[in-house]
Amino acid sequence: MLASRNARVAAGHRAAAVPGLRTVPAVRSGRRALAAAKAQKKEIMMWEALREAIDEEMERDPTVCVMGEDVGHYGGSYKCTLGLYKKYGDMRVLDTPICENGFTGMGVGAAMTGLRPIVEGMNMGFLLLAFNQISNNCGMLHYTSGGQFKTPLVIRGPGGVGRQLGAEHSQRLESYFQSIPGVQLVACSTVRNAKALLKAAIRSDNPIIFFEHVLLYNVKGEAGDKDEVACLERAEVVREGADVSIFTYSRMRYVVMQAVNELVKKGYNPEVIDLISLKPFDMETISKSIKKTRKAIIVEECMKTGGIGASLSAVINESLFNELDHEVIRLSSQDVPTAYAYELEAATIVQSSQVVEAVERIVGGRVPAAV
Amino acid sequence: MRVERGESGPTLCPTTLSSVRLAWPFSFRRVPGSPPQQGSTRMQAMLKQRSGVRAAQPGRRAVQIRAVAAPVKAASASKTPLVTPEVAKDLYYDMVLGREFEEMCAQMYYRGKMFGFVHLYSGQEAVSTGVIRLLRQDDHVVSTYRDHVHALSKNVPAREVMAELFGKKTGCCRGQGGSMHMFSAKYNVLGGYAFIGEGIPVGLGAAFQSKYRRDVLGDEKSDSVTCSFFGDGTCNVGQFYESLNMAALYKLPHIFVVENNLWAIGMSHLRATSRTSGDHDPHIYKKGPAFGMPGVHVDGMDVLKVRQVAQEAIERARRGEGPTLIEAETYRFRGHSLADPDELRSKEEKARYLERDPIPQLKKYMLEHGLATEAEIKELEAKVMEVVEDSVKFAEESPKPERGQLLENVFADPRGFGIAEDGRYRYQMPGFSSGTAIVS
Repeated sequence: MLASRNARVAAGHRAAAVPGLRTVPAVRSGRRALAAAKAQKKEIMMWEALREAIDEEMERDPTVCVMGEDVGHYGGSYKCTLGLYKKYGDMRVLDTPICENGFTGMGVGAAMTGLRPIVEGMNMGFLLLAFNQISNNCGMLHYTSGGQFKTPLVIRGPGGVGRQLGAEHSQRLESYFQSIPGVQLVACSTVRNAKALLKAAIRSDNPIIFFEHVLLYNVKGEAGDKDEVACLERAEVVREGADVSIFTYSRMRYVVMQAVNELVKKGYNPEVIDLISLKPFDMETISKSIKKTRKAIIVEECMKTGGIGASLSAVINESLFNELDHEVIRLSSQDVPTAYAYELEAATIVQSSQVVEAVERIVGGRVPAAV
Repeated sequence: MRVERGESGPTLCPTTLSSVRLAWPFSFRRVPGSPPQQGSTRMQAMLKQRSGVRAAQPGRRAVQIRAVAAPVKAASASKTPLVTPEVAKDLYYDMVLGREFEEMCAQMYYRGKMFGFVHLYSGQEAVSTGVIRLLRQDDHVVSTYRDHVHALSKNVPAREVMAELFGKKTGCCRGQGGSMHMFSAKYNVLGGYAFIGEGIPVGLGAAFQSKYRRDVLGDEKSDSVTCSFFGDGTCNVGQFYESLNMAALYKLPHIFVVENNLWAIGMSHLRATSRTSGDHDPHIYKKGPAFGMPGVHVDGMDVLKVRQVAQEAIERARRGEGPTLIEAETYRFRGHSLADPDELRSKEEKARYLERDPIPQLKKYMLEHGLATEAEIKELEAKVMEVVEDSVKFAEESPKPERGQLLENVFADPRGFGIAEDGRYRYQMPGFSSGTAIVS
């Protein structure tokens, strides 16, 4: 039941994706959610899980700090730092002016000299303005300094296609950042893995670019306790199967699971792997799965050209060629700017029906399960 | 080409006259020297003579002007030197080290010992020495690609810098950085950046860390400052303005040191930068007050003046009063890099600045004020040559990096290379330490 609720939320039910709207109902629902979560201690929303992760890590390690636009007094445009400035002060939850390149660089310098900053991009797309710092400095300084300085930075923010947010607020930067040497790319997808992965990212000595998704902040689920820290390099097996391996990440996981519901009724048994670590790839999980199913489909939200799927497809081709019965299929977004209009936006990203059709094509006929 | 150091001191020139301007209520102690009356009448006479010359004929006739101390150094009866003999010798040694090291780099480059882009600092030593010799070991320095001398002034051993330039594994960055990326964790040199402007925010981060350590972590002794060095060209880069704003906003202990040598490769500062309102020239120091910090213009060819200005800025920063913007008027005697034909700068301009060479200026000052004897100065110079020659020998004899270094410093935590098919982390695979493991 939670899964289908989350699927609806993730699929972009209109009420769910209102970025940082500070109308009274939104604030009230935020506070209500916090209170409810406290009472239940069971299910919380992803933004709360991320907030918990940041809060716990800041409490554990006084060198952890947050910098970004509206992270302090505003509480974060997606509430991921709600109220934290009251607890930790204005310096630890630093409201920056609008200068991404500048404050990301400041984060790099702070990281080099002993702090552990979390740099928030209000929208991942804004981090394009910080590309100089992320690529040249954040990723490379450990190397060019001959190992003298490390940059234990976490750069996080919401990306992905939202609900009619227009081209520039619908960017998927994982494909742009993946070539940068020296950074790790991690994409969270559930409440549980979001909290555990963010904690791991904050503790890591490497610079981590942490991808969240605009439409997943209100997804509900159980989060781990303060000691649950995930492995940043491991993929997650969402569903074990035998027919086909579907590799996905972030919001597309929900799209895939929606397709899987239909496919199961039709008699298919797909294996679904959430990549989690977009760079580096978890070759153990990936190769185990492909050796079992001998077929691979990649479902991603980034553009087809130069995307995560392009890299993964090449790697599978190079190292698992003889394990494949079929060429790797990539379902990616169209190489077009994301339109504002609902129908065009829906046409640019992968829909669950496409996933179903791809599985049917690659696996062939099956006997449908009894209704 | 070795720069000839003549005995004549600086020539009076119009820019020096107007060169100390302050955009802030800022007390600037004058350098004692020549008695006031003499200085001013002489100065007036010379000005008259010069302007007379200019007005009289369009083509300039060579005017023989005897060297005098810079005109703003008027007045005070006291003959106390600005610095102690120890400090003077330290400054002299540091400047000569910077000069000789850079000249040696030019030789080594043309002999095929170092490659790529090498940007030499010759002529600008007064800025590096004037500022950095005031810093403690725990203070930070950030620079651009013209960073060799900043590293040397910060006490990074000449051997390590030369070995880095030769691309040897004994270099300060294991041969992985090169000329434009000098780093030292021990002496807090945070780089060495190829893209101008990208180092300034990093400098801000170090200053932020210093303030954080005091205000958040409760370390009352945390008062380290950061100095970022960059040129006139950088002052048109967006990150400069973003950094000015944040430094002033958060009152960071950060000092912006602009080494205005008038040229960004072949682009004259006057052609690249718009004039500040009401001025004939673009003034970078005036941009400080626009962001809420003092802006100071100083003669960057005079190490003692630079030191005075830097002293005040550093003390301000340590007291928690925030950043300062220092614009030092200076000049590079060589081209932008060793590959630059340097055809656009006029011979007259180069000659004018050559006569203001900071090293003979300081030597003259030391001798005049009894801070050092000729013999002591010669000894310092000999010591420098020893150090520089030793650094070359060390670099030549050092081993080259092995293949195994290739993958070592990509990640601080090598788990970042990921998990291989057999379940082991890639850094655990054989071949990783020899740089031959497949990691992607």
